[in-house]
Amino acid sequence: MTTISTSEGRRVTTTVADIELRAFEGGEGRPVVVLHHSFGNPSWLPFHARLAQACAVSAPDLPGFGASTRPVWARDVRDLAMLVGWWLRRIGRGPVALVGCGFGGWVAAELAVMWPEGLSHLVLVGAAGILPEQGRILDQVLVSHSEYVSAAFGDRVAYEAVYGAELTDDLLLQWDRNREMTARVAWKPHMYNRRLVPLLPLVDVPSLVVWGGADRVVPLECGERYAALLPRASLEVVEGCGHAVDMERPIELAQLVAAHIGRQ
Amino acid sequence: MFLSYFTEQPMGAYPEDEGLRAGYTSVLFSNKHFDPVEGSRLYRERLDEYRLAEEVGFDGIMVNEHHNAPYCMQPRITVWSSILAAITERVKIVQLGNPLPTYDSPLQFAEEIAMIDMISQGRLVSGIVRGAGQESICLNSNPAYNRERFDEAHNLLIKTMTEDGPFAWEGEHFQYRVVNPWVRVLQQPHPRIWVPGVFSPETLIWAAEHRYPYISLNTPLHLTGQLWEIYDEAARRVGYEPGPENRGYLLRVHVQDTEERALECGREFMWMQGQFTGVGHPYWVNPPGYGSDSRRLTYTKLANGLLPRSMAAPFDDQLRTHEIVAGTPDQCIAALRVVLETCRPSILMLWGNDGKVDHRDSTRCIELLGREVLPALREIGDELSLKDPFELGTPISLALTPPEELHPAG
Repeated sequence: MTTISTSEGRRVTTTVADIELRAFEGGEGRPVVVLHHSFGNPSWLPFHARLAQACAVSAPDLPGFGASTRPVWARDVRDLAMLVGWWLRRIGRGPVALVGCGFGGWVAAELAVMWPEGLSHLVLVGAAGILPEQGRILDQVLVSHSEYVSAAFGDRVAYEAVYGAELTDDLLLQWDRNREMTARVAWKPHMYNRRLVPLLPLVDVPSLVVWGGADRVVPLECGERYAALLPRASLEVVEGCGHAVDMERPIELAQLVAAHIGRQ
Repeated sequence: MFLSYFTEQPMGAYPEDEGLRAGYTSVLFSNKHFDPVEGSRLYRERLDEYRLAEEVGFDGIMVNEHHNAPYCMQPRITVWSSILAAITERVKIVQLGNPLPTYDSPLQFAEEIAMIDMISQGRLVSGIVRGAGQESICLNSNPAYNRERFDEAHNLLIKTMTEDGPFAWEGEHFQYRVVNPWVRVLQQPHPRIWVPGVFSPETLIWAAEHRYPYISLNTPLHLTGQLWEIYDEAARRVGYEPGPENRGYLLRVHVQDTEERALECGREFMWMQGQFTGVGHPYWVNPPGYGSDSRRLTYTKLANGLLPRSMAAPFDDQLRTHEIVAGTPDQCIAALRVVLETCRPSILMLWGNDGKVDHRDSTRCIELLGREVLPALREIGDELSLKDPFELGTPISLALTPPEELHPAG
């Protein structure tokens, strides 16, 4: 494991199954791990910083995303969840509170069904992974990178607070690599797994499901299903917020997560 | 020279204004605009036109495959190949090409081409392609593994055609506990394989390394020199000297008795705003993982509107640069002489009719091509020593080239 300290927190690299996993780390206290959206983790975000005021936060780039190397053999989201599970064992913090956002929420849910004892708490934020019965999960393949990421926000101001007004080469390259990795594991079926739902009732972990009331990427009905299927879950809807609650309402989400962790 | 007729089988009867309104004519362009009565009429007309193409002297008929778009009514290349096998007697059936990675069963594809080869009595040329990016979306075949699937499906296809079954295939993307198709290709060891493309260096090199002729799909004439340099370098690296027999060229050519009529019909080549694979968003053309890493930034900028989309040059410009040829037989022969002298292909695909060109004009175009243009092209071909692979008996692949004939460079 190598550690580089920056003003934004530490960048830590851990090797698991020959895959180098890069993570932002910061703060002290109860361990919290945050898994990012399919479009990746652009930086040490305000959500991470706020959580790090009271917790030891680690935000890895998922295998094959961002600065983490690609597991060329990975074929579905369970493979990523498996790697994250082994990464958690490797960093050795004991059971962690696992927060998964969007696509990362799906990874978190898969990890929860295969290794619940690794988790102290589960938080799913606009999580993919369940096929909606009424609506559809927005298909990123049919729209441009910037259209897709923009759709994850309820308003443009919140988007620009994270990504700025310009599309830089670095950002575009990161989005495209992340999009490719998403396709490698979630092309078909797109963004859900029929084998996940039957196992969710086994997850005996305190769970919080958070959804943006104006989510245009993953329908709120998926949040309602998660909350109904997970035996110890409650649902919080953040009114007026888009899909990326972690980026659009970082303080509010950090408070919800902290309260959830503190409660049980 | 090997001279082949081609039409993309356009659905000329679709409402063009709807395409312009949508801003795209592929992938999501609704099939509510498809009229099956017109579709049936157009298919029946194609039957007559293909028979005529054989009658007037073409050496081959080229067929292709695209999905979800009015510019092509051939969603399964082996279907029209099968029909041609039955309704023609002499022409080669040239598939350019089979989009191998999009097929979930390369084994079943091998069975289909074996049937076509036997029914046609050994007239099949089975070209293979990765398939345009949009096809990956339309057929829901993962574009991130497109090249891997292409390589593996090709290897499985060759093994299926050249080795006796049964054997098992345990690949990365395809697995079969038994590969043992009862039907087998007539042409032994297997039909010729040609590779069409629009100038992807990776595909050019791949084709050259396998000694498969590369058929350049309407690449602007002034770029074909660079294209063959890439091919030739790879060919010499693996040990053979490439020539016209390795080179094919697809060109839009419309001929009529009068220049005026030819230009009027020739303008139909511009019907998809001049984009011969239709109009689609750049992120459909290059879905995730489809393109090469070296061009990732360019493609991503295009996808997000940071680079202008390359639009086709105006019709008159394309006439001047011979990307489109339209005129009387004499005018077309003069233009095609320039094409042959510049590009030096031994395989020429004449894309005769597009858009809303009707059956009567299509028929006249084919007649004039066959009776007046083809004989002249053959003479020019002889003059320029453009011998095709059939004339020369060129080995059908590098693997089937006698080792003593190979002299790798360096």
